[in-house]
Amino acid sequence: MIFDQVRGIASDLFSVPADHITAGSSPHNIESWDSIQHLNLVLALEETFSVQLSPAEIEQMKSIGETAKLIETKLQANLR
Amino acid sequence: MALEVESKSPRAEIDGLISSGRAEIAALRLRELWRNESGPAAAAFVVSRFEKLRGQVPLTTTRLALLRSFTVEPAVPLLRASAFCAGIDLTVRIGDFNTYVQELVDKESWLYSFAPAAVILAVRTADIAPDLWGSSGDMSEATIRDAVSRVAGSLQQWVRLFRQNSQASLIIHNLEQPIQPSMGLLDAQAAVSQSEAIRKVNCDLRNLASPASGIYVLDYDALVARYGRLRWHDERKWLTARMPIAADQLIHLSDEWLRFLAPLTGKVAKALVADLDNTLWGGIIGEDGMTGIKLGAEYPGAAYQALQRAMLDLSRKGILLAICSKNNPADAMEALQKHPGMLLRPKDFACMRISWNDKAQGLREIAAELNIGIDALAFLDDNPFEREQIRAALPEVTVIDLPDEPMEYAAALRNCPAFERLTLSAEDQQRTAMYAEQRERTQAEQSFQSKEDFYHFLQQEVEIAPVGPATLARIAQLTQKTNQFNLTTRRYSEQQVSEMAARGCQILAMRVRDRFGDHGVVGVAITSDVGEVCEIDTFLLSCRVIGRTVETALLSYIAAEAAARGRCRLVGRFIPTKKNAPARDFYSEHGFRLETQNGDGTVWSFDLREQKIASPDCIRVSVVNGGGN
Repeated sequence: MIFDQVRGIASDLFSVPADHITAGSSPHNIESWDSIQHLNLVLALEETFSVQLSPAEIEQMKSIGETAKLIETKLQANLR
Repeated sequence: MALEVESKSPRAEIDGLISSGRAEIAALRLRELWRNESGPAAAAFVVSRFEKLRGQVPLTTTRLALLRSFTVEPAVPLLRASAFCAGIDLTVRIGDFNTYVQELVDKESWLYSFAPAAVILAVRTADIAPDLWGSSGDMSEATIRDAVSRVAGSLQQWVRLFRQNSQASLIIHNLEQPIQPSMGLLDAQAAVSQSEAIRKVNCDLRNLASPASGIYVLDYDALVARYGRLRWHDERKWLTARMPIAADQLIHLSDEWLRFLAPLTGKVAKALVADLDNTLWGGIIGEDGMTGIKLGAEYPGAAYQALQRAMLDLSRKGILLAICSKNNPADAMEALQKHPGMLLRPKDFACMRISWNDKAQGLREIAAELNIGIDALAFLDDNPFEREQIRAALPEVTVIDLPDEPMEYAAALRNCPAFERLTLSAEDQQRTAMYAEQRERTQAEQSFQSKEDFYHFLQQEVEIAPVGPATLARIAQLTQKTNQFNLTTRRYSEQQVSEMAARGCQILAMRVRDRFGDHGVVGVAITSDVGEVCEIDTFLLSCRVIGRTVETALLSYIAAEAAARGRCRLVGRFIPTKKNAPARDFYSEHGFRLETQNGDGTVWSFDLREQKIASPDCIRVSVVNGGGN
């Protein structure tokens, strides 16, 4: 599951147990999710899923749920 | 799927180990995790968990300042994770964007109050030399010449100002070449060109660097070239986040930083212990025989020759080579002595353990025979099972992770930061030969009835000389590496030794020769006069010459010189560590009186007006003045 993988990455980066992270987790309710960690999240996603995220896509990563959805869409696009 | 039994993830297992207090195993698992997935997420996990293990596993703390012109933040957790796995607890502070000049120049800046042990100056060509990067569009000869002298001049000035305020090691990224020169093909045809100008700046930078100054060059241009300029750069990240480096390349930058930190913090391997079958050659000598093993100039034997060549290069850097293998000794020795494809021969190895015994025990014996700590060993074996055994039994050993493909062995060995050295002394280059002489000495010693007879037979000669250009590197190296016969275990960089000499301290190097050969510089004493007292700041002896009474010759010389300078007392200190018990009784055995004893150790005093220290009569002592060699 992409969502679980994204949640695992976020858990590592933000030092929050994975079961505390939901689709609604965002910079508003995770204290350690600052701009540097956001960049780290982008880098971790790019490396893990071998994708490139554009500035517009990075803008869309407003929560864990939206981030996972974005990755899913990109991976499906790659398959086609 | 939902019914599948949940297997425990490595992370959950590590957290379980930490909470149940099994720190050593937790550290082992963290290193394994980091080997398997060295990305940003794992880095954050590894760093946060090692922080919980502080005080429970051995870690050397050190402080690093990063001055930069681009976003380096994502590389820092990668660096800290790798450093933790190498036993270094690194505190990192990062300067603001492009404020490195103020930070270096202003003695009130955070840089100097932070008191780092090392500083990395990571500046892009485009920022430090925009005119050389082609940003202005004007690449006339005059522009290029002006830019070269301006950049080189600035670097020189910053380094000078930095040195006025800090003794930290300064590691400077050199300038990278652009992906495409702004003049295209013409660049390679012209004497004055963009690429030539960048090379010129880098050449000037290299001339600034030297171990004595504590300034080092990180060859950033070569690093980028090694992984490929096109793959290294990420224009999108540069424009959006001021980070010019692609996500999957960042680890190479942090690894390169670690290569400097390993020797700077003394996290180095002194000896490489290698397996034989399927490591130094392909196949099994006991089964395949001399004609069956793969070893030669052509594939597949070439992969093993490449590894042997890498080992010879390590040997030239002063790293001892040893063998620990499970073979019939006769089979193995025949291949080592006679196989035409072998680049390494028995003389290249300082020690061999070829038997069917447990390898952990073999490694312990090798460390004892070479007289170095187990933490100074690196282990090279194609068999993952043997590697795991050593990791579990001797966690302080550097275990090199060999890939499955033998053609990648040599690169894996060359990549290991534990073999990096920032300076090379004459002693380093001859170390293996010295160990061979040592074996002859030990054999000779056993044929004598008394130690005294043996000492006379040895015909030892001691040469004492004040520090000079030829011995500076070796003196600093001995203060950094000597653990056993070291009275105070004070570690000094070359730059610090130079400064002490300039302040008027007496810094002596002792060279020892005997009938078997030249030990090189193996003893150091640093003293300073304070009023009527001559204080011994440092007194140490390389483990190679412990128990040869040469230390008495050096102490006798110090006492006589101090008395000649009119001092009344010689005062020495013994600061106990885990390893320096061999030096504990040094002062009492030489007639010093115990002055004080506290938590920091003991202070000893010797009255120079009433007593003398006799030099052993079997040792010939000569004194070289004016910085010998």
